[in-house]
Amino acid sequence: MAETFSSRNYMRDLRLPFCPGCGLYALSDTFLRAVYELGYKDLSNFIFTSGIGCTSWIPSPYFKADSVHTLHGRSIPPATSIKLLKPNFHVVVFGGDGDIVGIGLSHFIHAARRNTDILVIMGNNMVYGMTGGQVAPTTPYKAPTTTTPYGSFEHPLDAAKLAVAAGAAYVARWTTVHINELKESIKKAIQLQGFRFIEVVTQCPTAFGRRVGFKDVGEMLKWFKENSITVKQAEGMREEDSEGKIVVGEFIEMRRPTLVENVYALLKEVQKSG
Amino acid sequence: MPIRNEKRCHKVSSKTFFWQGNEACVEAAIVAGCRFFAGYPISPANEISEYMAVRLPKVGGIFMQMEDEIASIGAVMGASWCGVKAMTATSGPGFSLMQETIGWGFMTETPCVVVDVQRVGPGTGQATKAAQGDVMQARWGTHGDYSAIVLSPNSVQEMFELTIRAFNLAEKYRTPVMVLTDEIIAHLREQVAIPPLEKIEIINRRKPNAEDKIFFGLENVAPMPSVGEGFNVAVTASTHDEYGVRFTADPKVHRRMLEAINNKIKKNVNEIAEVETHNVDNCKVGIVSFGCTSRAVYEAVEAAEAKRIKTGHVRLKTIWPFPEKQIRLLAESAERIIVPEMNLGQLYYEVKRVACSSEVVPLNRIGGGEMITPEEILAEILKGE
Repeated sequence: MAETFSSRNYMRDLRLPFCPGCGLYALSDTFLRAVYELGYKDLSNFIFTSGIGCTSWIPSPYFKADSVHTLHGRSIPPATSIKLLKPNFHVVVFGGDGDIVGIGLSHFIHAARRNTDILVIMGNNMVYGMTGGQVAPTTPYKAPTTTTPYGSFEHPLDAAKLAVAAGAAYVARWTTVHINELKESIKKAIQLQGFRFIEVVTQCPTAFGRRVGFKDVGEMLKWFKENSITVKQAEGMREEDSEGKIVVGEFIEMRRPTLVENVYALLKEVQKSG
Repeated sequence: MPIRNEKRCHKVSSKTFFWQGNEACVEAAIVAGCRFFAGYPISPANEISEYMAVRLPKVGGIFMQMEDEIASIGAVMGASWCGVKAMTATSGPGFSLMQETIGWGFMTETPCVVVDVQRVGPGTGQATKAAQGDVMQARWGTHGDYSAIVLSPNSVQEMFELTIRAFNLAEKYRTPVMVLTDEIIAHLREQVAIPPLEKIEIINRRKPNAEDKIFFGLENVAPMPSVGEGFNVAVTASTHDEYGVRFTADPKVHRRMLEAINNKIKKNVNEIAEVETHNVDNCKVGIVSFGCTSRAVYEAVEAAEAKRIKTGHVRLKTIWPFPEKQIRLLAESAERIIVPEMNLGQLYYEVKRVACSSEVVPLNRIGGGEMITPEEILAEILKGE
């Protein structure tokens, strides 16, 4: 292990492309810090896939690692085959909310159902940031965006709850003000088996914050902090009272046979029977 | 739940089998080294998935039925980047859904095989009936500039041979290769003679040396690392340089990379494009055909020659890249060229473009999977008399 942590040790010699104040700097750094604290001095035990969107850019090409940068919404199917064929590697998917639970939603649900042995980290900025701030499936009710100029008339999707319902082995949600909790969660998730999902509510000051009326990044972070309630607190609340709150914490940790375990057990059995 | 133990398992060896086209496709893929298959149910390609699900685990391969065609082709691409030969099979509607990812495959130079068992379209069309309407989709189905390799078998024997060839071309040129077949060949049962396995040529992709850094965009085909080998390979279908690093702002990088991935196909047309020819340099009437339709052409040509009409035939085993040279040769002697196909005219326009000195005549039939008969082709040949 290198003496002190530096994200540069795990990155190509390129500058991250994100806007000033973007939460993805923190997400990228926190992930690498978790990797460092687990004792990995490089990313040679990891294979990354990602889709299209700002969060998807974190591993590709910035991580000094094997990264497969796929199409919009399509990071999970290649991650599935890569994990099946390279079962000894940690396969980690980075994607935004539009990528993972918008266009790619069905892959997300089916990967959880199969208990596919991958870790999906979703940066949820509640908007399509890269394309300029259009409404997303995660945009808060009534929030103005470029395609909902009078406020969103749709209800947002709760990706964490959905992952639990679909059969995920581990689900957690944090925000960019819960950096330590997030780091510990990533460390734990890397070491668990099966389908693991961490949602990171992250600020997009450029395409979301300024349109919904936040003065600056600080105000957005304050909103995350003051608006977050724990999973436990949410359990005791009525649905209408918790609407609009950010529920943070661990939603589930469950052990059941994973896709890799099932497929390799089948291979062994079929080959034995000839 | 009782699990049916499927006993159907023949080890391919050098003998004669009685196979369905879809079954020959599976056995050929396994001989070629395919060890990963992902697919989604669709008629008339289902038998390929079903046979694969039985056969692959027996040879240590992995079969996955995915949630849709987009996931299937995505999983195939991921498998290929693990160094594993991979394939999917589908029909028109599923082929349409796969197009974006097939484009990703061209741009990232990912070898894989896509079998399209053509059915009547567009839309849901006639799901269980043969057609040849995907000639242009196989060539131009995804957006942007690329060169596709598309093979077209006309018998079960050739389904076996061309599926192996598809894998070989995919590996050699690092590109998706399409096997464009149809419901008729896929469901036909015929004898297939398997040559001694050691005599079948199997090509594997070129792997990089430890010190190699360039993995993309070479006209003579860059070596391909796998993920997990320590090369830190960045794979992206965004415009990237030879090292794989994204460069979306520079027009020069894009031009350079696209020129390379197109030239690796274009400059090797003579090697890639296979045709079967009959009497091309000494005929009055010529025929250009492919796939199931060509089976009727053989009989029509024989009947025409019995009537002392010199008839030439070019049968395309490779539709794309288009074998212009042989069509030009045919056009030099044939006054009329007939292009029979089970669509409203697709290959016809390509033949017309190349054989501009001859009169090119379409002969089309769509719907119900009904083939164009030898009599109809003969009648078209005789029209010139």
